Amino acid sequence: MSTIDADGLRRRTAALLAAHDPATTDRLDFLRARFDAGLAWVHFPAGLGGLDAPRSLQPVVEAELAAAGAPDNDPRRIGIGLGMAAPTILRYGTDEQKQRFLRPLWTGEEVWCQLFSEPGAGSDLAALATRAVRDGDTWTVDGQKVWTSGAHLARWAILIARTDPGLPKHQGITYFVCDMSDPGVEVRPLRQITGEAEFNEVFLTGVRIPDAHRLGGVGEGWRVASTTLMNERVAIGGARVPREGGMIGVVAETWRARPELRTHDLHQRLLTLWVEAEVARLTGERLRQQLAVGQPGPEGSGLKLSFARLNQEISGLEVELLGADGLAYDDWTMRRPEGVDFTGRDAGYRYLRAKGNSIEGGTSEVLLNIVAERVLGLPPEPRTDKDVAWKDLPR
Amino acid sequence: MTEPDLLYSEAETDLRSAVRSLLADRAQPAAVLARGETADPYDAGLWRVLAADMGTAGLLVPEKLGGQGAGPRETAVVLEELGRSVAPVPYLTSAVLAASALLACDTARDEVAGPLRALAEGRRVAALAIPLPAAPGAPPPVTVRADAAGTLSGEVSAVAGAAGAELLLVRADGGLYTVDAASEGVRVTGITALDRTRPLARVTLAGAPARRVAGEERATAAVDAALLAGAGLLASEQLGIAEWCLAETVRYAGERYQFGRPIGSFQAVKHRLAELWLQVASARAAARSAADALAADGAGGVEAALAVAVAQSYCGQVAVRAAEECVQLHGGIGMTWEHPAHLYLKRAKADQIALGAPGRHRETVAALADLPAP
Ligand SMILES: Cc1cc2nc3c(=O)[nH]c(=O)nc-3n(C[C@H](O)[C@H](O)[C@H](O)COP(=O)(O)OP(=O)(O)OC[C@H]3O[C@@H](n4cnc5c(N)ncnc54)[C@H](O)[C@@H]3O)c2cc1C
Repeated sequence: MSTIDADGLRRRTAALLAAHDPATTDRLDFLRARFDAGLAWVHFPAGLGGLDAPRSLQPVVEAELAAAGAPDNDPRRIGIGLGMAAPTILRYGTDEQKQRFLRPLWTGEEVWCQLFSEPGAGSDLAALATRAVRDGDTWTVDGQKVWTSGAHLARWAILIARTDPGLPKHQGITYFVCDMSDPGVEVRPLRQITGEAEFNEVFLTGVRIPDAHRLGGVGEGWRVASTTLMNERVAIGGARVPREGGMIGVVAETWRARPELRTHDLHQRLLTLWVEAEVARLTGERLRQQLAVGQPGPEGSGLKLSFARLNQEISGLEVELLGADGLAYDDWTMRRPEGVDFTGRDAGYRYLRAKGNSIEGGTSEVLLNIVAERVLGLPPEPRTDKDVAWKDLPR
Repeated sequence: MTEPDLLYSEAETDLRSAVRSLLADRAQPAAVLARGETADPYDAGLWRVLAADMGTAGLLVPEKLGGQGAGPRETAVVLEELGRSVAPVPYLTSAVLAASALLACDTARDEVAGPLRALAEGRRVAALAIPLPAAPGAPPPVTVRADAAGTLSGEVSAVAGAAGAELLLVRADGGLYTVDAASEGVRVTGITALDRTRPLARVTLAGAPARRVAGEERATAAVDAALLAGAGLLASEQLGIAEWCLAETVRYAGERYQFGRPIGSFQAVKHRLAELWLQVASARAAARSAADALAADGAGGVEAALAVAVAQSYCGQVAVRAAEECVQLHGGIGMTWEHPAHLYLKRAKADQIALGAPGRHRETVAALADLPAP
């Protein structure tokens, strides 16, 4: 761990701004320079966009850059890369992989998606059936993935595939980086209840992946994926927000702006949710302080659970509060959006999109099981599927 | 107090079977979904059979006025089935809201009896032009003026069922009026709705020719009677939505395997569905009670007002909850456009607000059950 402190970071940020005036520097050039200055994600190692600084100092850099009007890397567009692929590559990648992937990932030059879920393997992700077969230095991958957010925009994917069907399901999985421009990758949009197609079906037919794009050991894929999943849960539910950030801020604004909509019933319910949102925010902050260094553990599941429930209840209340406007919807046109914004568009969209929060990145039921078993240490349900070779599992 | 009849009569059960088999035939989810993408929000062919051939449009209307002379209980059964299929037909808006408003006017007069007969026979589709949300006991704002010549001008926002209606019942200052939707000076502009199976529109009138069917006082009472009947019977639609969502989710939970077993074998899922069953069973009692009270008590009685407020306070939440559980327990598939769950979610959410949100109806309970606010 380096000894750089907040003042040191401020000085470095000032130096970056002096050398690359945001007003006259091309956006991408600025982002690359920021990465090279170690100010992308300060807790990453030096040379990989960071300075080995405590993660808690990142806001210092963000505040300085925002004040100077510097461009950001549009995190909503590259959430999967930033929140899931990057920490996994950092932990399990080779030096070459880290050098190759992290910089364009962070600048947004290369968008990432996550090829995990399959039609038959959602909550039971370890049951996945996509096959990867090795031939010398190359793997050939065949199978189908589903619900792949942003696959239509992605240059790379994190992919898990079965490399040994003769082993129990958790053991025969290997983790890869998949080139989405491979001719064997076919992406088809899947329209969502919001009208848009954020996610996709992805068909993999004879996709070639060099062994150099394997992340972690052969058969180690489940462990590597667990890192991704724990980071995903923190990425979805654990973002640092100010008071009244996120969904509660939206409805609080509506409440203040539209006195004619207020009723006693809605008032009490709004206050209850406001308190819960504030407490959830503090819980997240406390967890972040606990985990200032190191990887998220199962506790991150708790954050995502609260996030999903509150987003759903708050957006549901907002539709009710809005009355006539709540009965309307902005636009049902089928689109393939560039990113996702849970608090964007209108109340109807927010209400519908929030339904996905308790499904994506592990359902709330699965997360409750994780809390019960891994945090509380309660005995697991009897399992018949853990020690059987994957190929012999009932389907 | 005598307890309400909460069961279904044989005639009601027969009616249900007939409506259900029609809808199974003509309102499959794929068809409902496809309908939403067209310029015609309502399925006119389905409506003709349901309203005219089967005579359900006139269930609330006495025989001598061209109806079936049945009542709210039978109407509620039709609405349950329509809720189960989220069918895109103007039943609630024409056969319940508009019909109830006309029935509360002087039906001995031709200008009331004429349109009522056309509506009851399923020859015409009508809509009550009031802005949603609207709840019984709170007269909607009057935004239309009548001039000396008897023509109407003004605008009503968020009217359910106005698109596709041939006859508009308009509350203007001075009374309740009928307006031919095709006449000069009437513009009906669609609003993109959360629930595309029940379209909303803005009605703009600029010197539109109109006939007065009730004076000021009677108009207020007629609109309120319509809202009371509408809110009370909407509870049955909400019951139907919840029933479908529960049944479909139970079916899916028995078929979908994860971790080598059906997801319905996990107690966490089982208990959730068992709880939902309890709520649906309770919603049925509440909805039947509202329908029976409207039948027994007419629109004027306290018992009916209380039964409707109880049903709307309760059933709206159950329908939303059931639809939300349906999406959640289907996992990713529940978030897709292709799966019908979202049609129910959107209908349930819109229904929860349209004729008074639960909090609004709880205020009525507070007044009628003598539980005053602090
Ligand atoms: C908006 C959205 C975006 C997504 N993006 C991606 C992506 O980019 N990449 C990707 O790989 N995946 C993505 N997913 C997929 C997501 O991870 C899966 O949908 C999720 O893991 C659930 O899997 P499933 O859909 O197969 O549901 P199932 O696993 O079939 O679950 C159905 C229901 O059963 C419940 N259930 C299952 N097991 C248990 C149990 N043991 N105990 C109690 N209840 C249980 C579930 O909680 C759920 O309610 C996305 C999903 C959504 C909705």
